[in-house]
This record gives sequence, structure tokens and C-alpha cells, in this order.
Amino acid sequence: MDWSYDPAPESREIANLKPSYQLFVDGRFTDGGSEPTKSVDPATEEVLAEVGTASESDVDTAVQAARRAYDRVWSRMPGAERAKYLFRIARIVQQRARELAVLESLDNGKPIRESRDVDVPAAAAQLFHHAGWADKLGYAGHGPDPRPLGVAGAVIGWNFPLLTAAAKIGPALACGNTVVLKPAETTPLTALVLAEICQQAQLPPGVVNVLPGGGGVGAALVAHPGVDKVAFTGCTEVGKQIQRTLAGTGRRLTLELGGKGANIAFDDAPIDQAVEGIVNGAFVNQGRARCDRLLVQESIADELLDRLRARAAALRVGDPLDRNTDVGAINSRDRLERITQLADAGDAEGAQRWTSPCPLPQRGFFFAPTVFTDVSPAMRIAREEIFGPVLAVLTFRTPEEAVAKANNTPYGLSAGIWTEKGSRSLWVAQRLRAGVVWANTYNRFDPTAPFGGYQESGLGREGGREGLAAYLAVDDDGGRR
Amino acid sequence: MPSRIAVPKTYKLYLGGEFGRSESGRSYPVTDPRGRFLANAAQASRKDARDAVVAARRAFGPWWGATAYNRGQVLLRVAEVMEGRREQFATELAAAEGWALRRAPAMVDAAIDRWVWYAGWTDKIATVFGAANPVAGPYFCLTIPEPTGVVAVLAPQTSSLLGLVSVLAPVIAAGNTAVVVASQNRPLPAVTLSEVLATSDVPSGVVNVLTGRTAELAPWLAAHDDVNALDLCGAPAAIRADLEATAAGTVKRVRSAPAAEPDWTRPPDTGRLRSFVEAKTVWHPVGT
Amino acid sequence: MSTQTPALPASLADATRDDASLRCFLRGLPGVDAVGLEATAATLATRSVKQESKRKAIDTAIRMVDLTTLEGADTPSRVRSLAAKARHPDPERPGVPAVAAVCVYPDMVAPAVAALSGSSIGVASVATAFPSGRSSRDVKLAEVALAVTAGASEVDMVIDRGAFLAGRYGEVYEEITLVKQACRGSHLKVILETGELAGYDDVRRASWLALLAGANFIKTSTGKLSPAATLPVTHVMLQVVRDWQQRTGVQCGVKPAGGIRTTKDAIRYLVAVHEVAGPEWLTPLRFRFGASGLLNDLLMQRRVQLEGHYSGADYVSQD
Repeated sequence: MDWSYDPAPESREIANLKPSYQLFVDGRFTDGGSEPTKSVDPATEEVLAEVGTASESDVDTAVQAARRAYDRVWSRMPGAERAKYLFRIARIVQQRARELAVLESLDNGKPIRESRDVDVPAAAAQLFHHAGWADKLGYAGHGPDPRPLGVAGAVIGWNFPLLTAAAKIGPALACGNTVVLKPAETTPLTALVLAEICQQAQLPPGVVNVLPGGGGVGAALVAHPGVDKVAFTGCTEVGKQIQRTLAGTGRRLTLELGGKGANIAFDDAPIDQAVEGIVNGAFVNQGRARCDRLLVQESIADELLDRLRARAAALRVGDPLDRNTDVGAINSRDRLERITQLADAGDAEGAQRWTSPCPLPQRGFFFAPTVFTDVSPAMRIAREEIFGPVLAVLTFRTPEEAVAKANNTPYGLSAGIWTEKGSRSLWVAQRLRAGVVWANTYNRFDPTAPFGGYQESGLGREGGREGLAAYLAVDDDGGRR
Repeated sequence: MPSRIAVPKTYKLYLGGEFGRSESGRSYPVTDPRGRFLANAAQASRKDARDAVVAARRAFGPWWGATAYNRGQVLLRVAEVMEGRREQFATELAAAEGWALRRAPAMVDAAIDRWVWYAGWTDKIATVFGAANPVAGPYFCLTIPEPTGVVAVLAPQTSSLLGLVSVLAPVIAAGNTAVVVASQNRPLPAVTLSEVLATSDVPSGVVNVLTGRTAELAPWLAAHDDVNALDLCGAPAAIRADLEATAAGTVKRVRSAPAAEPDWTRPPDTGRLRSFVEAKTVWHPVGT
Repeated sequence: MSTQTPALPASLADATRDDASLRCFLRGLPGVDAVGLEATAATLATRSVKQESKRKAIDTAIRMVDLTTLEGADTPSRVRSLAAKARHPDPERPGVPAVAAVCVYPDMVAPAVAALSGSSIGVASVATAFPSGRSSRDVKLAEVALAVTAGASEVDMVIDRGAFLAGRYGEVYEEITLVKQACRGSHLKVILETGELAGYDDVRRASWLALLAGANFIKTSTGKLSPAATLPVTHVMLQVVRDWQQRTGVQCGVKPAGGIRTTKDAIRYLVAVHEVAGPEWLTPLRFRFGASGLLNDLLMQRRVQLEGHYSGADYVSQD
């Protein structure tokens, strides 16, 4: 039977898109000192809104506002009261969930299904979880009365804009710090609505400040001497620059950087769920732990890859606002070009390319799900982070070889294991040098579960008790704990 | 009749379980704080540092793979063997740090007790720092602290034994392996400690001890791709920022130097244990 | 539809050689991770089917219904009224397709056949000591013969869950092959009663076992037990018929039965069929709904689609 889904788009109206957005400093929305930029819908290349951009003096003003709020209000407020503000913010995020989801999909290009079912609920969960910590920090194992650090400067990426903002603001505020947040240049809108939500929650002015802008604003914020702690989510190159910037200052740093995650599929994998997990990791979820390598045991490689291609071919690529879209738009033209370039390098280096026959929209930044086989470990597609719907497939023969190949990268963010044999699963999990290991599942996140990378994938963790350490004064020698 | 002529020790580097001179053939004179000659120490080169990292990397898998109980027994054994050489350490420490001999035994005892403290930690790190995460879904989710890997330790410059033990023991208790640059001007107790390590079940390469110029060796360790973490405790103030910036090349975990050398006789906290572990979160579905 | 069992490929023929080979084959099937399966099923269930595709989906679903009455109180007149409904589900709205079959107990086959003569609607009969399957093999086979002789074009048998759970796969296999012979060309649906099996791994094994023994369809449940059909169970069975086609070239069908009452549910199943097995399965030849109450909801929703306002229970016939 010829049966296809008719378009089922979410209405753009729900996003309450405004013609222009402003900086949020000291509790007020204000114009920025730099030339405003335009935020573009990557699915249509249309301008969504004009967004004010911070200047260096705006950075200074915001840091000062955060400092004042820290000194006069926030650091003195009992944890129980801070908790209530965070609970309020979490509730308003839930109340405005649909609006935030549509706005996120418009601005980022990710499918509405993902922003609706993952990003926004997870953001609310982050705030909710951390709210409860605010008056229980003494029980977190960081000493009986752990102290906040001061002003936290948070610079975040484009892949999970609202969720990452919440994952910084939640623990920072719970621990008694104030925040200056710089969202990614291409995805500032939900962070600015989150600012509005802080206003609705009557959060004291200056506790949260949001400064849209490009890399320059981020660099100025990171280098600002009034910032006591920097939390960064983004690419490894910039992370290294920030670590250099902070070298010798004694200011605290956590980094959540890139990855080159591998899914390892053994011959006794629950094959249909493995295919689903690999497809989700490689093509559907847009990034936080994108898993763009597959290591498959030779004895099931053909069978698994047949199923994988069949499943990937069924993915629907297109309008992010359509509720039936599985794979949305690539966030920006630059990123699309980089993906195209890396895939071309895969061809040039001799890997076999398979591209999903799915139709692509005429306009916008889209890339069809792509699988490379005959990949050798030295190829660029096997070593560099792709950040697009491209999967590089390598094979292995023994568990030892699988672990060696999975670990053969300077990154160490995440990895997946697919096997029905419990002891092997644990054996592999133990040996993988990665901050998150998913066994027979993939891409699960929770505010109670610490997330972050080994080696060049990051410093420190987000989430759980471990994540609080990033926002508390805990590292000194001499009896603090 | 003249008293017996003593047989002085040759102080060597401790790399991969072996004692040897620097590959560069260099040595430097070590004096006490009043300038009296004590001995010549090997002056390690960047190649010695490189060899130490290779040895530490090789030792890492087995050391991390050993049970926590086993690591605890090894650390306790270090304390036991030190106990048997208390007098030697006291004499050497008094000379190195320029104290009256009667003050030294207390320092040695504190160093021995520090090993005992950390010996007891090895099988509690996961209990205390790990977590069973109550995630919102049908998953069993555990967070387990694991050693960071190869840690380069710039030992405290002043406290040549207690300070050294206070920074080294937590590193290896957590399952890391260490490349230690001993106090530049007071390296001799570190070499004697190496002799203890070599005879007390610590596997080869788990601890590697370099003596020489801290400022010469540290940049090589900070830049080495196969070093995972750096403890700047004894780094000369002038180069700390540079070392930290260099370490950013591979996003090393850096533990900053304290503003002034801490009073190592104070009871330790868990900060140093935590500095060199990585949290790994493992998810598994719960279903039939 | 073909009811001949084509020769199995050698690798599968080997699997059925004896009890040990069968056990070895079924135990060697890839496992099913329950949480992943359920998550995938839940995600696919969020597909939004609107407008024209919704109307088409409703008509497709109507064509797939096995309109069922399996009550102790069934009478020939009740069966005749059901048959009338099967021919013209919504007489006031011409253009509503007929359902696929009417499903009854063996003694009700004759009135059903009479009432449906001249139509292409099948008559399905449950058999083999439905629903428990607890009787002697002779009785079960006699029941199949009774239904087939009375004119049943389709036989819905139950497997011996006791034997299956005890690991006596060979016994279950043999019984299905005997029933298949007794069907004498009638179409065989094998009910696994998945609610009694030990999880999804068992569903996969039982599905393969039934297909190896010659089933044309695998069916989730009797409808007499809760849980009856679920989306994840149907996913597993759809995966098996998809894999079966890859191995043998033969397309077999899946029939979820019990608990599917609303159009929304039915459309979720169709989405699963479409995305797990593939669009070729979106036909009554390869997918059926075993249901009684579902049809009326489909009819009401069909009216909503056509007429643009909501309908009520009094506006469709209750049977």
C-alpha cells in the first residue's frame, strides 16, 4: 500500500517569536553595545529575529552585576530560599515547555520530537534536581559547609542550547554562585527566554545574566578577572584556549568538550535494539554525545550493516517542526560545509560511502544519513569529530581489539556496548576510557548521573554529587573536607 | 685507631623499577641548608622524563587492574618497610632539611602514618566518591571513580619526605601511576624512599622518581601527550602559569600549586584523592 | 494467498531436523533488550498521522479487521448480525470497505460461512482447545478438521504454552505441523499467547518456531488474557516476519489481537508495520487486527474525518 505521512508541523506561532531580542543584564533586558546579529532558521535560511550582541563593556557590566548580586544577595541567602527560586524556574520551564521546544527547533534545527521529548524536559529536570541540592550541600561529600566560588562565567554550545544553559545555571545557583551566560552565536533564543523566565520567577537582579554574541564575547567573559569560575561547553580547540587563558590565575574551570564515541556491537548483541541505538547515536541525536564510530564484530558485520542501512534509510529528514521528522537541519552553513568536507575526505581516503536515499528539502542546511564502511583507523572520518549524520564503521575480531580501537583516540566522552553477555559487558565497560558508557542503550542523560569526558573530552563532570564540585570551593590543601 | 670509613651511597634515578644514572650522565651536588655537601644526585634529563612516562604508562593497566584490596596491602607494605628504616630516614631527613636529629623521627613517623592513612583509602574511594544514580527511567546507573592515568607530580620543595609522601600516596592509592620530580635541593630522602618502594611490592613503574632541576623537567612532562594529569605542588612560582598553559595542549587535569607550601603535618583531606580520579557513569537497562 | 509451505532453505531445514537442532536454533536467535524495544515502540507511537494519510490509514485498518466474537453466549443469529456488519460496516456511508474476516468458534463456522457467501470476507475459526490449548492432540486435530470441514478459510490455533515454557520445542513444532496438515489448505494463524511467555526473547523464539512449522500468520494473543497485544510484542513479531522474508523469500503475516480498541491505537500499529516490517506489509494479506470494539471506533473516526465534526456511539451500530 502506498501510504505516507502527511506533514504534521508544529505551528511557529507557539514559539512567540519576537522581532528582536536583547541582552539580559542585572535583571533587565537592554540593548547591547555591539552591532546586533540575525539568528537564522537553519531549515529555511530565513532570519528568525534580530539579536542584540554584547560588547566588552557589556561583559564588564554583567560581571559586575553578578558580583553585586553575589555579594549582597545570593551568597547570603539561605540554601532553602535559593532552592525555592530554582524550583520556580523549573516549574515555569515546564509551563512554557511547548513554546521553548518550538523555539529551540526553529533556532537550532533539531527535530521537534527531540526538543519536545528530550531537550526541554531534561532542562526542567536539571533545574529541579539542582534546586533540591541548594539546602543540602553539606551532605554532598564536599565538607560540612562547602562555600560557593563567586561569579561563574558559562559559555555554551549550539547543540543543546536550553539544556546546557540549565545544566550550568542549575548547579551554579544551587551552590550559591551567580552566573553570566553566553549562549552560542547561532542559538541564543531559548537562553534569552530562560532569562525572561528568571524574571517571571522574580529571581533577584544580577543572579543570572545572559549575553548573546560571538566568540569574542565568550573570550572576553572567560578572561574577565571578575569571573571566579568558567564552565564551557563546546569544541576541544576552544576548550584548550580557555584552559590556557586561565592558566596561572587560580580560577576554576570545567570543560565539556568534543568526543569521538564508539558503539561496540558484539555478535551476541540484541540486534534490533543495537541497530536502533546505533542509528539514534549516529543520526538522530544532534551532538551532546554523538557517536560517530561503530565497531562491529566481523562475524555479524554484514547482517548488522544491512539492517542498519535499512533502518537509516527509513529515517525522515526534513522540516524540524514536523512531528514526524527524525533528522532535522544542520545548525549552520559552516557546519554543513565541514561535514561535507569530512565526508569527501572519507571518499578520498578509500572508504565506501552509502547515503540514505531519503528526499532532502530544497532549502536549508541538510545532510542525508551517511554510512562509511571499509574505514581504517587512520582515516580522518575515524579520528575527527564529525558532528553530522555520518557514521564510520570499523570491524574487530576480539573484545581486546574492540577496546583497543575504541580507546584509540585522544577523546573520551562516551561509548556504547551491545552484548547480551553481562560479564563481557562489564569487562568492556571497565576498560573503556570514557566518561559515560552505555551498555545495551544509548544517549541516556539524567541530572542525577554525572556526565563528562576523559582526556581531551573535558574536565570535571556535570550532574549528580560529582557535578557540584565544579561550583564549590573544594580543592584546597588543608582540612577543607 | 681511626674510626671506620663509611661507605656512602650513590643516589640514582628510579625508573621502571630500576635504579640508574641519568642517561645524560649528569649529576649535581646536593648540600644541606647550610651549604655542606651531602652527596651527588643524578640530574635527570628530558629523556629520563620520557622514559619515566613510558614506564608509568606500561605500569598503569596492571596497577589499575589490581584489586583495591591489593593496592591497599601494597601501600601498607610501604609503611612497614619504612618503619624498619626509621633511623636511616631520620638521619637523612635531619641532614637534608637541616634539623636537629631529635626533630626528625616525628617527621618520619608522620610520613609512615600517611602511607597507612592512604593504604586504608584504596578500597573506599569508590564507596565514598561513587554513586548509584537514581535516574528517571528503567536503568541501572552507576558512577564509578577511576584513576586518571599517568600523573606527573612536582614534589614539594621544602618538605622532602612528608611532603613527598603526602602528594604521592594519594596518586597511587587511587590507581594512578606517577612520575615524580623530587625536591630539587633536597632529593635524597626521595631516593631512599624509592629504595623502599622497590623492596615493598610496589610494581615496577608505578612510581618513578626523577631528581634534578624541576624547571628543566617540568615543561617536558607538562607537554607530554601521554601524561594525563599534573600536580604543580612544587613547581617554581615563575613557571606555574606556563606549565598550566602547556598542559592545556592535551586538556590535562592540573592541580594548582598552593600559594605557600602547606603544613603537611595537618591531617589530610580527600582533595588529593579526588584530584586524580575520573568519574565514569555506566548505564544498563533493567528489563526481562 | 499461498498456503503451500515452500521448501525451507538448507540452514533453516537443518534447524527443524530434531528437537536438539530446534532448541539450538531458537536459543541462538539474537536477544531482545526489553527497555530498548519498549523505548523504540514508544517513540514510533508519537508519529503524527494527519489528514489524507489518516483517512487512508482508517480505511486500511478497517480492511484489516478480523471481526471477532468468541463468547460462550454466541448464537447463529449473533454471528449473522456480525457477518452483516462485516460486509457493510457503515451502511449509511457508502465506500466503507469490508473487513478481512469474521472470527468465531468452530461450531459457529457454518452460519458464518452461509452469511458471508458470495463475499470475499474470510471465515476464521479458533481451534485446538482455544483459548488454553489444554487438551489431547487428537481432540485438537479433530477440532481443526471440524472447522475446516464447515468451511473455515482460516484457522487460528493456539500453541501449547506449557510445552513451550518447559522447553519442549519439538513437541510444539510437531503439533503445529500436524494442525497445518489438518488445515488442508486453509490459512493457518498461530496464536503465541505472548502474555503467558517469559518475555520478548520467548516471543521471538515462539514466532520463529511457528513460522518454521508452517504458520502463515503469527498472532499475539487469544484476547482472553491480559496482557493481550502490545506494541512492543508486535514490534518483535514484525521483526521476525521481516527477517523470515529475508531468509526464505516468503512474506508471512502478523495479527495483534485483544486490547486494541481505538483508532489511535490502530494507527500506532500501522506505523509500526510501516517502519518495522515495511510498506509491503500494509495489506490484510499480511497484517490483521483481532478485535471487536475497534471497528466502531474506526467508523466514528472515519466520519469525523469526512464530516469535520465528532460522532457519537449512538450513530454507529452496536453489535
